[in-house]
Amino acid sequence: MKEIILIKNGELALKGLNRRTFEDILVKNMRHRLRGLGKFKFTPAQSTIMVEPENEDADLDEAESRLLKVFGIAALSRAAAVEKDMDVILASAGDYLCDQLMSAETFKVEAKRADKHFPFKSPEICAEVGGKILEQFPHLRVDVHNPDIVVMVEVRDYYTYIHGNQIKGAGGMPVGSAGRAALLVSGGIDSPVAGWMMAKRGLNLVGVHFASPPYTSPRAEMKVHTLCKKVAQYCGHIPLYVVPFTRIQEEIKEKCPEDLFTLVMRRFMMRCAEKLALKEECGALITGESVGQVASQTMQAIACTDAVPNMPVFRPLIGMDKDEVIAISRKIDTFETSILPYEDCCTVFTPKHPRTKPKLYMLEEAEQALDIDALVQDALDNTKFIMIDNFR
Amino acid sequence: MEAYLDNSATTPVCPEAIKAINQTLTECWGNPSSLHYGGIEAADMVGEARHAIARKLSCADDEIVFTSGGTEANNLAVFGAANAYRAKGTRIILSSVEHPSVNEPARQLEMQGYDVVRIRCDKFGRLDERQLMASITPSTALVSIMAVNNEVGTIQPVEKIRMAVKKANSRALIHCDAVQAFGKMPLKPYSMGVDLMTISSHKIHGPKGVGALFIKKGTRIVSRTFGGGQEHGIRPGTEPVPAIAGFGAAAAALPDINYQLKKTAELRDYLLFRLRELDGVVINSPEDALPYVTNISVLGFPSEVLLNFLSEMNIYVSGGSACSKGHKSRVLASMNLDTQRINSALRISISRYTTKAEIDYLIEGIASAQKSIMRRL
Repeated sequence: MKEIILIKNGELALKGLNRRTFEDILVKNMRHRLRGLGKFKFTPAQSTIMVEPENEDADLDEAESRLLKVFGIAALSRAAAVEKDMDVILASAGDYLCDQLMSAETFKVEAKRADKHFPFKSPEICAEVGGKILEQFPHLRVDVHNPDIVVMVEVRDYYTYIHGNQIKGAGGMPVGSAGRAALLVSGGIDSPVAGWMMAKRGLNLVGVHFASPPYTSPRAEMKVHTLCKKVAQYCGHIPLYVVPFTRIQEEIKEKCPEDLFTLVMRRFMMRCAEKLALKEECGALITGESVGQVASQTMQAIACTDAVPNMPVFRPLIGMDKDEVIAISRKIDTFETSILPYEDCCTVFTPKHPRTKPKLYMLEEAEQALDIDALVQDALDNTKFIMIDNFR
Repeated sequence: MEAYLDNSATTPVCPEAIKAINQTLTECWGNPSSLHYGGIEAADMVGEARHAIARKLSCADDEIVFTSGGTEANNLAVFGAANAYRAKGTRIILSSVEHPSVNEPARQLEMQGYDVVRIRCDKFGRLDERQLMASITPSTALVSIMAVNNEVGTIQPVEKIRMAVKKANSRALIHCDAVQAFGKMPLKPYSMGVDLMTISSHKIHGPKGVGALFIKKGTRIVSRTFGGGQEHGIRPGTEPVPAIAGFGAAAAALPDINYQLKKTAELRDYLLFRLRELDGVVINSPEDALPYVTNISVLGFPSEVLLNFLSEMNIYVSGGSACSKGHKSRVLASMNLDTQRINSALRISISRYTTKAEIDYLIEGIASAQKSIMRRL
């Protein structure tokens, strides 16, 4: 018996005339993510994409777990592809779904007859298959309203597909369908989550990390690599830029008022990130800020940071509580890495009493003591590039 | 130039140990439990190693039980003694500066209802003897005190515990975590009156992955692992012959302890002398600490920053202990040092391979850090 994976692409189906484009991106992403597991054939049909292994030894379990992390997939299910013959269907349905049926109490059968040449009508298929299953599994009851398991029989052009309950997919839009954006990633809990959320809406990610040796250790940078790798499980490879930030921080510390340190620094981060974003053809920046979380994330402070870049800054966590963010970071498995206790560039030099309600003119005044362009250029000239891929 | 001054974290493996490990990997790779010659040869290697280690502790060979390292030996001692004495007493006494591999098992027992007493320490990390004496009761199952503190080098008065236990009319077992002391100071479990003693291989220029628990003859402890009966059934499992042989060879290669201790003290005094040239450096270790460990604070500089800076210059030291990976030191906190000192602590630990030139290079490193890193605290 041949087994395939059926992909339900959810939101994509609503995209009207652009649907093909979105589907093509999704297929490309899936193909990329399944690399190394064998050859697969992808066949879009209505709101479904069939993923069919072309060699016998393809690892479908691994394929399934990887596809569960591909954005743009609303749900997926493993299905048996059998001959379009009633006897074969009856013989296979119970066997294929044996495990699921054994652990269920109630079930129902649904049939979809896409190929109208098939001699049985949908209700007839349901009745036949349902009867056979009840015979094989006498402990089951039929419940058409709220069954534990729905046995789907889909008669399509070449095969009949039999599958049980669907597994919820990662949802969202295929990565790349919405363009590219640069994620400012520090190594804390928030930024990976912010990146993940925007990737879910179809953005390709470029990472920008600021390192301040010797104030921050190589381990802090390794931590960022690990975090990007985890997010890359969902969004494919992430080009990561590591910007040396020591000189800028030391200059700010020396020449600007202490209470404005963090904000001046964040404005520099925006400048560097924007330059890198333009180079990488990104249309926006992404940060993990949330209103009121720390002094540099009050509304007034964000306004001052936001005044720097000439592109939109996406802050998907803006209205979230820390525990909501942590819940997501646990789900995407970045939490344990994020809480490793290395200094990051944001904690170095933290002023004792940072200003929480700054005005833009204060920052502009403070920055006059600095040669902004030269500092930014110097940092960018020494920026390091690493490609973080999604293979474990 | 490179200066490895983190010998309390781990030590470079000595040539003698490397040779022994090579031999077990290429020649005597048999299973020590096998009855054939291949097994006998391997068993001989294990026996030889056991003998070399027993000699250093002046105990019998069969009082040494090999484990996977200091952590396992400490766990075995704490859980093993507590479980063996459950009926007689449930009090466990330790100091507030014990290594996590003693403190955490004690915390587990605490959750199971044991009465765990943690003896407070003075500003040099030396435990309060009066509180210790007062805490020992007839229902005490175990007193576990480390010989030398891993972060500051303070030597604890372990030999005084036996008398206190007797006075209290208690039958408590005495465990000593001697991981940082073994091979560095005279250490005789019999004359110190301890029943259990933990030692580790990789702190004395042996390989990682092996340690041992000394268990005084007649001492009953309950095993934590069950299997084929190796190591008197207390720690079963096929012996890691290469690691054990390396451990044994490293122990055999230890120079005369008193001679080496004197040499190390001279080197430590040189270190202190040179440190005095620097501004803003305070010493956290007591004057009579084991000279192998010196804890200092470079005021105004967070440990991690200084560590990174020195690491760039190939100078390797640690802040607190290597096991805590950046967390604030519990030991320094229980010594009641102020936060500024705790946050800027550095541990310099030397070995018999350390040279004066390395110390000079460290001083150069700290001095240039002070010049080029901005003060933050």
